[in-house]
Amino acid sequence: MKFSPTSKKSAFWLGYRDNIPFWLIVAPFGLLFGVVATEAGFSIFQTMIMTAFVVAGSSQFTALTLLQDDAPTFIILATSLAVNLRMAMYSAALVPHLGRAPLGIRALFAYFLVDQSYATSINIYTNNPKMTLSQKCRYFMGSFACLLPVWLISTLVGALLGTKIPPEYALDFAMPICFIALSAPMMRSLPHFIAALVSMIGTLVFISAPYSSGLIIAAFLAMIAGVQTENWQKRRLKND
Amino acid sequence: MTEPIKIWIIIFFLGIGTYLIRFSFLGLVGDRQLPKWFIQHLNFVGVAVMPGLIIPFLVWPDATGGTLDAPRLLAAIAAFCFGIWKRSALWSVIAGISVLYLTMFILN
Repeated sequence: MKFSPTSKKSAFWLGYRDNIPFWLIVAPFGLLFGVVATEAGFSIFQTMIMTAFVVAGSSQFTALTLLQDDAPTFIILATSLAVNLRMAMYSAALVPHLGRAPLGIRALFAYFLVDQSYATSINIYTNNPKMTLSQKCRYFMGSFACLLPVWLISTLVGALLGTKIPPEYALDFAMPICFIALSAPMMRSLPHFIAALVSMIGTLVFISAPYSSGLIIAAFLAMIAGVQTENWQKRRLKND
Repeated sequence: MTEPIKIWIIIFFLGIGTYLIRFSFLGLVGDRQLPKWFIQHLNFVGVAVMPGLIIPFLVWPDATGGTLDAPRLLAAIAAFCFGIWKRSALWSVIAGISVLYLTMFILN
C-alpha cells in the first residue's frame, strides 16, 4: 500500500478503509462473545461494559471460559491478562512512530490499541517512511474508529439474541483467520518467516506453561530468531 | 451461576490491567530514543506474536473436539497464501472464509 502525502483527512479515512475487511471478522467474533457472555450468566449491561472497557476479544473469552470452570478470581485475571501481554509489545513497537505525540493523545491511543489497529498501522508506517506524525496519528484513529462501533454493535446483537449459534457456522474460526490476515502482509523477508515459524513451534512446545505464558515465551524466542537471521544475512552480504 | 460481584471484579481489573498493558511503552517511553537493538527486535513483534496465537486453534480446534480439521486447515492455508500474494488483509479474509465454507459444504 503506497501512501501519498495528502491532506490530514485522507489519512484518517485511509486507516478507516484499510480496516473495513475486518468487519467480516470482528462482527462474528463480537456476536459470539455476546452470546457466550449471556450464557455464562452476564447481564446485557455487564456484557456491554466489559466489551467496551476491555476491547480485547480473546482475553474476554478466556475470562468467560475460566469463570464457567469456576476458577479463582486471581487465576482468571492472571490468565486473561497474560493473553493481553502481547499488547505491551505492540505498544513498544509503536513508540518510534507515535511516541512524539502529546501524552494525552498517547493515553487515548492506548485505548485504541488492538491487534487490527496495530497491524494495519505498522504496515503503512513501515511502507511509507515519509509519513508525518499527524498523518500517522490520524491513520491510527481511523483504524480504530472503523472497528469499535462494529465490535460494540455485534456484541450487543449477540447478547440480545442470547441463543447458541449453530456450530455449522464455524464462528470459532473467525479469530484465527483474522490473525492470519493481519500477519501475512507482514511477511516481508526470510527473517520474518523464520520468526513466524519459531513463534508457532514455540507456542506448541510451551503450550502447558502456567497462566498461558507460552505465547509470550514463544514470541520472545521468535523475535530473537528474526533478528539473528537478519544479522546473519547482513554479515553474509558484507563478506560477499 | 456466578455471583455478580465476581463478574464486576473481573471486568474492572481486566479492563484496568489491559489498559495499563497498552499504555506501558507508548505512555511511559514517549519520545525518548529506544536503543537500536531494541527497535530491531520490535520490527518482529507482529510476526512473533500472531502466528503463535493462531496455531493452537489450527491444531486443536475446540469446535471439532480438538482434532485436526481439513476445512479449518485449508482455510488457514488459503488465507495465508492470499495474504502474502496480494499483500492485503481483505483478500486474505475473503479467501479464508470462502475456503472454510466451501470445504465444509463439500465434505459434509
